[in-house]
Amino acid sequence: MTTTTVPRLRRARRVVPRPKPTLVIGGLLLLGFVTMAIIPGAIAPYGPNDFDYGAILQAPSAAHPFGTDNFGRDVLSRVIWGARIDMQIALFTTLFPFLFGTFAGVVTGYYGRWLDAIFGRIVDVVMVFPFLILVIAIVAILGPGLSNMYIAVSSVGWVYYARLVRGETIVQKNAEYVQAGKVMGYSPSRIIARHVFPNVVTPAIVYLMTDMSLGILLGASLGYLGLGAQPPTAEWGVMVADGKNFMTTAWWISTFPGLVLTLAGISFSLVGDGLADLLRPKS
Amino acid sequence: MNRWQYVLARLLQMIPTLLVILVLVFFMVRLLPGDPATAILGDRVTDEAVERLNRQLGLDRPIPVQLAIFMRNVAQGDLGTSINLKVPVSRLIAERLPITMGLTLYAGLVAALLAIPAAIVAALKRGTWIDGTIRGFFQVGLSLPVFYVALQLLTVFGARLSWFPVGGIGSSFGENIYYLFLPALSLGFYLAAMLMRNLRASILEVLTAEYVDFARSKGLQPRVVLASHVLRNAMIGTVTLFGLSIGRLMGGAVITETVFAIPGVGRLMIDSIYGRDYSVVQGLTLSFAVVISLVFLLTDLVYTVLDPRTKMA
Repeated sequence: MTTTTVPRLRRARRVVPRPKPTLVIGGLLLLGFVTMAIIPGAIAPYGPNDFDYGAILQAPSAAHPFGTDNFGRDVLSRVIWGARIDMQIALFTTLFPFLFGTFAGVVTGYYGRWLDAIFGRIVDVVMVFPFLILVIAIVAILGPGLSNMYIAVSSVGWVYYARLVRGETIVQKNAEYVQAGKVMGYSPSRIIARHVFPNVVTPAIVYLMTDMSLGILLGASLGYLGLGAQPPTAEWGVMVADGKNFMTTAWWISTFPGLVLTLAGISFSLVGDGLADLLRPKS
Repeated sequence: MNRWQYVLARLLQMIPTLLVILVLVFFMVRLLPGDPATAILGDRVTDEAVERLNRQLGLDRPIPVQLAIFMRNVAQGDLGTSINLKVPVSRLIAERLPITMGLTLYAGLVAALLAIPAAIVAALKRGTWIDGTIRGFFQVGLSLPVFYVALQLLTVFGARLSWFPVGGIGSSFGENIYYLFLPALSLGFYLAAMLMRNLRASILEVLTAEYVDFARSKGLQPRVVLASHVLRNAMIGTVTLFGLSIGRLMGGAVITETVFAIPGVGRLMIDSIYGRDYSVVQGLTLSFAVVISLVFLLTDLVYTVLDPRTKMA
């Protein structure tokens, strides 16, 4: 009787590419914003709604680096407190679409048939509208405000994730490992959850970061239009709108919140691009 | 299938989608909290007034009957009457849609004029500081909110320097090129950033193709290779992106029109939401869907012209 020795397979070491400097910069910026969102009170010199009628429309100075607005509120402090709302917007406009969209995508992609047909119609309907118009139309029905904005964005945003994941699932469901799972007698739900899902979720994760940057811009835009967060909430879009009538006399009221908003958008998209480079297999 | 049959088939395909949208738009107004008449008139009105408006709007009829009437009216081009402006909604849209479409196309043109040269230079100077600067500039553009760019341009070039009007529209085509320049720039900047990224990447990809090497080895001038071999092929994907982005531009027009006080459909939408003028919101939602469907069809047609290999199926 012969014994064959099976050579021990050495687990291939996964080559992790070094993160690009842009990813590091984006990550650090994002970390800063998250810190501001968690402990604004410890960073901001004043409260977001501390009125000071003795210091109205003051230009940037050592006491007020970003100046004060028409109620004497410290713009820097409001910008810092604004991070709390705007980071919340980035999270809440994307979390549900990501979760539900990924689920819907993997299920429709795997089962196909009538589920796919229904999903196809939903996509047709959603795609012929500009996203902003659709969200505005829904907010028009529900009424302005942050929570209604979340509902509006979520009820449309999941479609984009589902489309992404569905396409990936259709490719993966014919892969050998899925066939093997079927032969092993695994239930469809086990195959989907344990085998297909981990292989199709990457594009959705990559898109999530980009989507957060879009979400934060969308939320601020609705805030600016008066359909999102409502004054006197310290939200960057609302703050830009608050200062718009003072642009020629007190430019700092709108300019600083807008710059910070842009910076937040940049940090999300840098992290998104960097993650895409790291997670996507190189062809 | 020849081109006209294709167009016809695509137009027929639009019908089910538009029917679904029609039904959704119909129920949109019925989903309003409370009854629509109270929502429109406010709380402090008599019951008779509410009843009268309900009758006027046909809201006292059963829902299926209302839907049938709504469908029939829309088919006849009747989108109801604006409660605040006292004009037929279809007339309002006919008056204002061209303004928004003009602004959208203008913004698209500005975006293309910014993005195409930038992408060519960045791709040809790949890895240099020139490439880095161009990419950095447009990376910021991707994250600049439209309302913020619009407000800053308006303040600096409109209010402070007085180079451009601070809002509104002109009375002739030439005047509008001038009046709408800042709005188009602020609206088109985001698209420019997207197009630049996309085109730069596809130029780099095409540059490695064998037919480009072949064209070069034939001894063709670099300029000719760039124009007729590289760009023609690299533009195909960019044209698609451009077409798909028209929808996003129209969405952005809502913001631009609000900042610059341009009387287009975007501003009308916001005004109608504030004014609870729901028949206008309804009509606008519908017309956005129709316009974008047509733009998508047009994009596909341009695509088949640029890339003859595409089958019209």
